Amino acid sequence: MKEFAYQRASGISEALRLAAGNDDVRYLGGGTNLVDLMKAGVESPTRLVDVRFLPLDGIRQVPGGGLEIGATTTNSDLAAHPEVRRRYPALSQAVLAGASGQLRNMATVAGNLLQRTRCSYFADPSQPCNKRAPGSGCSAIAGAHHNHAVLSWSPHCVATNPSDMAVALAAFDAVVRYETLDGAGDIPLEEFYLPVGDTPERETALPPGALITAVRLPESAISPLSRYRKVRERASYAFATVSIAADLDIRDGVVRSSRIALGGVASRPWRARTAESLLLDGPATADRFRTAAEAELAAAEPLPGNAYKVTLARNLIVAVLTDLAASPY
Amino acid sequence: MNAESSVPTAAGAVGVARPRVEGRAKVTGGARYSADEPVPGLAFGAVVVSTITRGRVLDIDVAAVQDMPGVLGVIDHRNAPRLNPEAGHFFGPDGGLRLLQDDVIPHAGRPIALVVGETPEQAYAAAQALPVVYDVRPHDTEFFFGHPAGRPASALFDGPVDVGDVDAELAASAVVVDERYGTPEEHCSAMEPHSATAWWEGERLQAVDSNQGPYQIAVTLATLFCLPPERVRIRVEHVGGGFGSKGMCGPQLILAVMAATRFGRPVRVTLTRDQVFLATAQRPATDQVIRIGADADGRLRAIDHVAAFELSPLAEYIEGCTELTKTLYAAPAIRTRLTAVPLDILPPYSMRAPGAAPGSFALESAMDELAERLEMDPLELRLRNEPVVGPVSGLPFSSRNLVACLRQGARRFGWADRDHRPRMRREGSLLVGTGLAATSFSTGAFPSTASITAEPDGTFTVVVAATDLGTGARTALTAIAADALEVGVEKIGLRISDSDLGPAWSAGGSRGTASWAWAITEAAAKMRGPERPATVTADTAHLLGELPSRERHAYSAVFAEVTVDPATSEVRVRRLLGLFAVGRVINPLMARSQVIGGMVGGLSMALHEEGVRDPVSGRHVNPDFAGYHIAAHADVPDIEAEFVPDHEPGLPMGVKGAGEIGNVGTAAAIANAVWHATGVRQRQLPIRLDRVLED
Ligand SMILES: Cc1cc2nc3c(=O)[nH]c(=O)nc-3n(C[C@H](O)[C@H](O)[C@H](O)COP(=O)(O)OP(=O)(O)OC[C@H]3O[C@@H](n4cnc5c(N)ncnc54)[C@H](O)[C@@H]3O)c2cc1C
Ligand code: SF4
Repeated sequence: MKEFAYQRASGISEALRLAAGNDDVRYLGGGTNLVDLMKAGVESPTRLVDVRFLPLDGIRQVPGGGLEIGATTTNSDLAAHPEVRRRYPALSQAVLAGASGQLRNMATVAGNLLQRTRCSYFADPSQPCNKRAPGSGCSAIAGAHHNHAVLSWSPHCVATNPSDMAVALAAFDAVVRYETLDGAGDIPLEEFYLPVGDTPERETALPPGALITAVRLPESAISPLSRYRKVRERASYAFATVSIAADLDIRDGVVRSSRIALGGVASRPWRARTAESLLLDGPATADRFRTAAEAELAAAEPLPGNAYKVTLARNLIVAVLTDLAASPY
Repeated sequence: MNAESSVPTAAGAVGVARPRVEGRAKVTGGARYSADEPVPGLAFGAVVVSTITRGRVLDIDVAAVQDMPGVLGVIDHRNAPRLNPEAGHFFGPDGGLRLLQDDVIPHAGRPIALVVGETPEQAYAAAQALPVVYDVRPHDTEFFFGHPAGRPASALFDGPVDVGDVDAELAASAVVVDERYGTPEEHCSAMEPHSATAWWEGERLQAVDSNQGPYQIAVTLATLFCLPPERVRIRVEHVGGGFGSKGMCGPQLILAVMAATRFGRPVRVTLTRDQVFLATAQRPATDQVIRIGADADGRLRAIDHVAAFELSPLAEYIEGCTELTKTLYAAPAIRTRLTAVPLDILPPYSMRAPGAAPGSFALESAMDELAERLEMDPLELRLRNEPVVGPVSGLPFSSRNLVACLRQGARRFGWADRDHRPRMRREGSLLVGTGLAATSFSTGAFPSTASITAEPDGTFTVVVAATDLGTGARTALTAIAADALEVGVEKIGLRISDSDLGPAWSAGGSRGTASWAWAITEAAAKMRGPERPATVTADTAHLLGELPSRERHAYSAVFAEVTVDPATSEVRVRRLLGLFAVGRVINPLMARSQVIGGMVGGLSMALHEEGVRDPVSGRHVNPDFAGYHIAAHADVPDIEAEFVPDHEPGLPMGVKGAGEIGNVGTAAAIANAVWHATGVRQRQLPIRLDRVLED
């Protein structure tokens, strides 16, 4: 690990100033991802600006009924918060499905949003990887891609976004709030992660030097029966193979609205808009769930080693929607 | 719960559940592992490993890092001390030990340099920055049965056998199973990374190292560095697991000795987690074909077991997959053959029940398939083929309690109600299935020495170069010594973990306790003899030869219940029960924890563990605990182990060894349960999501 400077920011503007105009500065949240990558030599910042002690902690009610989650709120506090559990249970479940208790106690909401892919070539500086070293090539496409993307990847990168939390946030139309020296801004989660294209190293729409300050959940997304289900290679402590955050609003046997987002299938949490619109105003039957799931996944382009994910994602959508349709309203 | 009530004990320490003597030190952080040992003037070595799979080192640009902060220097093939090519281990000379001797890269992860610095951080920073230029050559890491490089395996053990007329018996069989089974590369994955600290004290080389047998490793190290054995001393106080990977002279120790020699001060080398995966021994992949023929009533006529495994041209090795097949079931015809396939990989070595773990997965899966085709209870099939003498050797069994394991296990598990047809039980959306496997693990002892001194205060100092890998060896040997001397455990002062204590077998092959206990009981007998000497030493080398030839094995039966979600293909083990016949149980508390740990290892093997290589570069893709999965707590909800009364007549105190048998059998029991749940056979481990998924 390279030597680096460490500084604890005492206020938001100081943090912004310390990071401004320098690509080699990183904000430090819980450090559970960044520090690992520094040890592996993937990240080598010259300065860390610790933002954990900024007044960005906590969850509060916003006028209009939504919730605002401070950027430095720990994953554990987010998952345990009574209003999150009551209004957006899939978010609490998603966070609890990730990592371990110790990690969630350290990890922050902003850090979770910005955690990097778990593609093993990305973490190994001796191997080609376009995301880590643009232009060096993608080792995964011809290599081990058992747990890589099936949707919307590019010949430049086939990695997935590993966050469970972000899948639930995508289902709930969350908005990411940030500050820069030029002022504050909002980015809807669906636009937060950029398409892969030929720049897999550029992952988010955040302006340079931006500090994430909060994530907002709108009132309109309150879904007390929503759920998150994660399929993985062991019962806990593994990243998702495929996961889903979903909610169904059924009245008189007819789907009035739905929210479906998938994890583990793309470079970003995958909001299943095609499936959602197909389900709208139709009967809540397993057949229709399957048709909707298949339509959503029609665009999948699996590689030889991960074609099973398409079947798995389809089955998972059908299973979770069927469960939701059967639960008492 | 234990068998010991039926075996009366003299002084009464053996057979009593007693917590570990070092337990308190471990849970309070007081116990020192190799990398914790304070040594004044210590420097630190960071290992640089090859990032290519085969080729040569063209250049290592030492000048580029020489002036980095704290760097003392770099050792590579151009300035490393010369090593003796004769040095090796159990299987003979081992090229895997000859580090930094030339520019050749025989496998990915081969250590190619050591950067030594004042602090670990400085050494690692320079190691990461060290520029290396390679000449990359084509490699072959793709293992399969029938690989053109395959050749007969060494016959040092598990050699080929051919009794009866296998082909004729198969032809005459009412039912024949003919299937192929595979297991992947697996990694030992001990929690404690390999660490060694070496220094010179005058003419004597001193080292503290994480290993499974300080005496044996001191001998290897002395040979390697062309030193007389008495000039090498190795200590190993506490070890955080080995599972086979610490059974040999590790790269950490060889490199630490090189650096201590070159820089004239103590040097510590601790492998990083990925280096533990890349540069310490793993289990080779296996590919096995089994043919079993039986009459309609389930009596076996023939077993034909051919197995291939991968190894490295650098060192001989045997993954004895067919050993079990020679003794587990009666059959008039048995044939086995082992093929070794040399590839460009790190030399594999014994890991958790070597041979037996993958071999039993194949054999016990095939037996289950036979029961299926015979429409027979798999338990009954096994009971019906219980041999009277060794089916291949013709030797009597010293003691054989497999039937007791099977019957008691079946009763405890509720096997009698089982509907043997697959895919018959659902709970909600889940499919439920049960399965079993029978198994054995060979037992015996290797030569060891022990000394006992009667102290003036009435206590006894008992000395044996044993190692405690975390299994509780200290506690067990204290009880054995107490009973052998007919005193209470509080009178025993035990010293282990030091090569200076004399020749001894290592903690391996499930023979540690038996080998050390024998030496201790011999010494104790002398101590209590008519002359009442103050100090005695015993060496069991000559006694071992006098042991009559017998089939000597520990036995177990493992029962598993699984659920499978047909939508998501998630397999969860709901219940595991193991019944064990491991001879006399020295300490039921620790024996139970050992076999339960083994069953967790078997569960991991069944569902999780898989060393993945990049198909293009041949390198490991998942050399860490996030990528290489072993069972987490949530994967092991309900697990139980029991011991049936058993006694090994040939070994002191009647012990057989409980080290590895827990690892054997569980994988097949789970695979058989998955078949019972789904109706689909899983012949390749691990039983991954994509292998279970139904369209
Ligand atoms: C063993 C292991 C298992 C895991 N399993 C899972 C899992 O199953 N599911 C899952 O979803 N996750 C999992 N994780 C990942 C974990 O969720 C992330 O590491 C964690 O959420 C990151 O949060 P952090 O605060 O520690 O981020 P850090 O490591 O501190 O930072 C991550 C990134 O965010 C940036 N950053 C931090 N705060 C801000 C801010 N306010 N504004 C702008 N940038 C910022 C940092 O500069 C850095 O680039 C696992 C991690 C580990 C180590
Ligand atoms: S998939 Fe993306 S992250 Fe992985 S090797 Fe390819 S470019 Fe790198």
